Amino acid sequence: MIMTNIENIPGMTIVAQYGLVTGSTVRAKNAIKDFGAGIKNIIGGELQSYTELLTEARKEAVERMKMQAKALGANAIVNVRLATSSITSGAAEVYAYGTAVKAEPRG
Amino acid sequence: MGEILILLIIVGVTYVTGTIIEKRHYKDIIKREIALIKKPIINAGAKTWNSKKKIKKIELVTGEVVISGDYFKNFAATLKSFFGGRLTSFESVLDRGRREAILRMRENAKDANFIINARIESVMINDYYTNNSVPQCAIIAYGTAITYE
Repeated sequence: MIMTNIENIPGMTIVAQYGLVTGSTVRAKNAIKDFGAGIKNIIGGELQSYTELLTEARKEAVERMKMQAKALGANAIVNVRLATSSITSGAAEVYAYGTAVKAEPRG
Repeated sequence: MGEILILLIIVGVTYVTGTIIEKRHYKDIIKREIALIKKPIINAGAKTWNSKKKIKKIELVTGEVVISGDYFKNFAATLKSFFGGRLTSFESVLDRGRREAILRMRENAKDANFIINARIESVMINDYYTNNSVPQCAIIAYGTAITYE
């Protein structure tokens, strides 16, 4: 599955489009990691466990979007956008959306 | 009296830790930015990229970071917002976070020639204004990495 966040795929021609595909997820870490992050929050710096959480959430959201596109028979997604929102502290929501298309190599 | 003393100790300790962490982080960021100077990010005219060169690989690359302020920064911002003006203590937190996210994105695009149409998405997990707690900011940077043959 080719993914781009621009409107075309360089070197390929889009032959069919299947509309918007989306994927979202809300994830949380465990209580121990939350406690550790709470302490780190006072001291300052990067919250590694939450970064990890964000990475996992992004992967899962993109994976769900890909599954949806695959079910429609697409082989690429263009104009992918990632959006995040905060529901509560200690949880991460990532929302991925894009246009599922069928692309063929040019020439 | 005891409460004020505890508060002052926390502010003092977090001033030291926060400053050390920030200095180290900036040093690290600048070092990595110099190392990646040959992998540019192109945003102008990138929405419809048409190149004559043969392309080997197109990939969506991302970089994530969750960055936090510290208790001292919160304390300083509270004082500063009373008088108004730039809240430098929070500016540096967001600046570091965004630069770190961009750097991670560029490092994830290992052997790509360049990255086009980079976007930066950020959200405050912990908000300073609504519950007066130390802010945490989650940042995702993403773009399309292009590798020529």
